[in-house]
Amino acid sequence: MNKKPHFPGNCPASLLDFDTITLGHGGGGKLTQQLLNSGVFTLLDNEWLQEQGDAAVINVKEKMAFSTDSFVVSPIIFPGGTIGDLAVNGTVNDLAVSGALPEFLSLSFILEEGLNMEHFWAILLSIREACATAGVHVITGDTKVVERGKGDQIFINTTGLGRVHQKADLGMQRICAGDAVILSGPLARHGIAIMSKREGLEFETKLESDTRPLHEICQKLIGTLGSSIRLMRDPTRGGVATVLHEIARQTKLGVDLFEKNLPIEDEVGGACEMLGLDPLFVANEGLFVAVVESDQAGHCLQIIQEWEHGKNAAIIGAITEEHARNVVLNSTIGGRRVLPQTSGELLPRIC
Amino acid sequence: MKYLSEYRDANLVDALLRKIKRTVTRQWNIMEVCGGQTHGLVRHGILEMLPEKVQMIHGPGCPVCVTPVSLIDKAVELCLHQDVILCSYGDMLRVPGTEMSLQQARAKGGDVKILYSPLEAVEIARKNPRREVVFFAVGFETTAPANALSVVRAKQLQLSNYSILSAHVLVPPAMEAIMNDEETQVSGFLAAGHVCTVMGLREYEPLVEKWKVPVVVTGFEPVDLLEGILMVVTQLEKGEYRLENQYKRVVNSDGNRSAVGLIGQVFEYRERDWRGIGEIPSSGLFVKDEFRDFDAMAKYQLTVRPDQTDTECLSGDVMKGKIKPPECPHFGETCTPEHPLGAPMVSSEGACAAYYQYSMKS
Repeated sequence: MNKKPHFPGNCPASLLDFDTITLGHGGGGKLTQQLLNSGVFTLLDNEWLQEQGDAAVINVKEKMAFSTDSFVVSPIIFPGGTIGDLAVNGTVNDLAVSGALPEFLSLSFILEEGLNMEHFWAILLSIREACATAGVHVITGDTKVVERGKGDQIFINTTGLGRVHQKADLGMQRICAGDAVILSGPLARHGIAIMSKREGLEFETKLESDTRPLHEICQKLIGTLGSSIRLMRDPTRGGVATVLHEIARQTKLGVDLFEKNLPIEDEVGGACEMLGLDPLFVANEGLFVAVVESDQAGHCLQIIQEWEHGKNAAIIGAITEEHARNVVLNSTIGGRRVLPQTSGELLPRIC
Repeated sequence: MKYLSEYRDANLVDALLRKIKRTVTRQWNIMEVCGGQTHGLVRHGILEMLPEKVQMIHGPGCPVCVTPVSLIDKAVELCLHQDVILCSYGDMLRVPGTEMSLQQARAKGGDVKILYSPLEAVEIARKNPRREVVFFAVGFETTAPANALSVVRAKQLQLSNYSILSAHVLVPPAMEAIMNDEETQVSGFLAAGHVCTVMGLREYEPLVEKWKVPVVVTGFEPVDLLEGILMVVTQLEKGEYRLENQYKRVVNSDGNRSAVGLIGQVFEYRERDWRGIGEIPSSGLFVKDEFRDFDAMAKYQLTVRPDQTDTECLSGDVMKGKIKPPECPHFGETCTPEHPLGAPMVSSEGACAAYYQYSMKS
């Protein structure tokens, strides 16, 4: 599953006949075939794609998880990743935190006329790499091209199917007062890495996105701790705060958050101060929040900290019967306040 | 993190709180002028930690909140009907105009860009010579130098498609207006640290002398805020009134002379209408005649009429410190960040937003 097929590192000559994607690449004719054969099929080759049927046929016997997500990130290539590996890891992680081992993906592109062919190639390479790392197969897909001005270079949709771990028993309804809330690593890295490259906002930083698959660590936690893991979520758009609010709203319980335990890298914290953003609301990609039975919280934390990306994992909060439906932040200096919900677009501050 | 974690140190905070409790013997009302300080107080839970005898009154120091509705309407009109690229700081986007906010104008097809610096707007103008670019120049003395610099830069580049819509307001005249109000209960001020970083300390001396009121220039972190409060309370308890500087690591008495020079080069002081408060003499910065080609008011022949008082919104009373946000009958009911009646509910520095988002009591 993880064997890496041989593929050319450089964009193939047949694609380089064009500097950019043209409307013809989405027309279903010769150019579409060339794009698929030289690009997608070569890089993502597997028995299902070789069939080139209208649908991939698979056998499903066990409990499965099924998830879809669309990716519109700008810039499309950013420090630490591209919209391609984000699209793979995003859906892989939605399955992973649902207790599933991701197996199959669909992959659909909406390309804007004029997309740089080298960039498209770089994105395809990163998709291939991410699929190999996550052990998933792209078994069906689609490519459409829209006129210039009707899109933003490239949009990707992925849908994933994964086998649910037999010991997984996850759900909001399983959360109880007293449970611990664990965060798997330092927060806000992805959002800040993206912002550092946004037009008009460039600032110097070595920060890279934390985009990565989470299936191995999630499977390990469920395999070891079983039903003591009550819930897992990946705090992407809206950040950690939004996940905590979902928990408070759906369980009708309260969440106590301990500011001093929040793992934040200095560089991320500094950038957030400068930009006037609260790291709790900034997007992450390779991070998860786990709600764990309190007796097993220490064990859970230990397992995550032994994972190569988990050394900064921390218990950041607790579920409580107090302040129902609210998330209350216990500040570093000993104050208490409600953690607000975002009311939409994250806007930078003036001073 | 250097210069940050030290000022959020729980032990230092605890020591300052104990000192404040030991010092205070009677009721004092202290106004923190700047909206950034209001948010600091609420966000760190400091209001709940202070002794009851120390009441914080939240001042008018949110530039977005005091920008007249008619100026927002002009900005909306420029981007919707005059094919202008309207550039703005993020704070301004959600503030309601008469018919819509800039955010709503953007959804209707207006070209609105959120920027961190007006120099980016100059760059946009340079790259788009066929489009008109207007920067919505909002803010106190803090953002004025950069906005002035953008005008100087545009003139150097001989750009004819760049102008600013100036909504600049100044802090000392607003403090004067608050003390002039017969109903004022303010017994001391935390002056806005960042404004003084630019302007220095001296312009507060006349205010201290005239009203015999303690003014302490203060920073924004928990230790800063509590030290500033302690300094004001100490003066008040002794019956003294002086200008003091808590924020010495950033503010010096002369301020930033080149920044002040830029303000003086591009702007002149005139009477300005403050939303919810009314007209305050010499409280606004207007583009000087020699730069009129870069003044959106002149370029588009805009006139600003004094605002009709918002019939429902009590933001004026909130910003003058007469009521606290939760005392407004609309707070959290008919006025929320999603459906604001006034600017303080949506601005990142607005007192109503601070209470709505963070307060345990709301």
